[in-house]
Amino acid sequence: MNPEVFLMTDHFQAKNISCDRGGKCVFKGLSFSLQNGGALILRGPNGSGKSSLLRMMAGLSTPMEGELVWNKQNIAHDPIFHRDRIHYLGHFDAVKPALTVRENLTVWQKLRSDGLSVRQEEKKALERALIAFDMVHLADLPARLLSSGESRRLALARLLANSASLWLLDEPANGLDDSSRRALEDIVSEHQMAGGMVVMSIHGPSNLTNTHTLNLSSNADLK
Amino acid sequence: MSVFLALLVRDLRLAVRQSSDGVTVLSFYIIAIVLFPLGLGPDPQTLASLAPGLLCVAALLAAILSLEGLFRSDYEDGSLELMAVSPNDLAIQVFAKIAAHWITTGLPLILVTPFLALLLNLPVQAFLALMLAMVLATPSLSLIGAVGASLTVGARRSGVLISVLVLPLYIPVLIFAVSAIDAVLLTHSPKPHLMLLGAIFAAALPLCTIASTIALRQALE
Repeated sequence: MNPEVFLMTDHFQAKNISCDRGGKCVFKGLSFSLQNGGALILRGPNGSGKSSLLRMMAGLSTPMEGELVWNKQNIAHDPIFHRDRIHYLGHFDAVKPALTVRENLTVWQKLRSDGLSVRQEEKKALERALIAFDMVHLADLPARLLSSGESRRLALARLLANSASLWLLDEPANGLDDSSRRALEDIVSEHQMAGGMVVMSIHGPSNLTNTHTLNLSSNADLK
Repeated sequence: MSVFLALLVRDLRLAVRQSSDGVTVLSFYIIAIVLFPLGLGPDPQTLASLAPGLLCVAALLAAILSLEGLFRSDYEDGSLELMAVSPNDLAIQVFAKIAAHWITTGLPLILVTPFLALLLNLPVQAFLALMLAMVLATPSLSLIGAVGASLTVGARRSGVLISVLVLPLYIPVLIFAVSAIDAVLLTHSPKPHLMLLGAIFAAALPLCTIASTIALRQALE
């Protein structure tokens, strides 16, 4: 389903990063490494820094110590390039209730486009995204009529509307029903198959393959 | 460019579909100006001499009303985060939002101004200067206001804070707008005042956009 194959061998690494929130150490000395087709599952109790770590990877904040490295280059050195290769899905769905489902998707597609991509291709990608999350029949409804699970699906559909090699998903399965959960796992595995990378935080079990798990311990023992 | 247009169209759509700040701003402006003749008495001479100041102060206060909502909803629903991780420059996106804000609040103010000026018995020869002053002043109000709005976007009840931050910066705009109209009434040329208004606009265009972008990145950290 995902037409783009990321042929280059990319390498995403964290070297000894630590995170501080309000003067309190959340985690420190954290390292991992991720290659094409790999997935990193973040696990840990609430407040263990899963979201903070994902925000760092997205370049929204910087680690207190250590560095995040993409192909031997610190991501803070070329933020525009880094943003070009990531999809970030946070806690919020960023869905505008007054716009229709399709309009919501189009705006975010344009937001990530470089202005060079072909309109026809973009349209196709958008339809694919709607189909993958079973939203075709909702496409022209205003988003205020969506249930919370449906607006989560709309947020997830953004992943397919543009291509990016690194997906950063913060509890993506929140509020999803079983079939949408499976759809999410399907697109994540397809993305891995195409050579993409995924970092996601989840609580429940997962059926994904080729994954590493990073356990973020509770911050009690770090004090 | 496509990003600029996409966000501009999005914000205009949102403004049309939800009864937006634009309506509040416009009705405040009209109500304030309509009330003045009732409070000051119907003497045409008094009204004419006060008209420039009344129009500009009311427009300025109306503009402040709309600032709180400028980045608020995008901040709260996570759209701002997505804008910040987009490969396109955040400054362009912020500028698109400011432009949309001006179209939905500043432009309606300009359009009703001649009618309200008639109501206040402003002499006809001052109309051109009044309109030019409004055209040059309202974009500066949106730009300067955006800095205040982005600095307070994470704060609760930011309305008061925005006024305190932004009002001192609005004062030069107010002074030059009023003096441009007064100059015509005193048969001087309004040109130097209008040029200064234009200079404020030209300086605010890049500076306020950049300052607002930096403040928003800070708010997201």
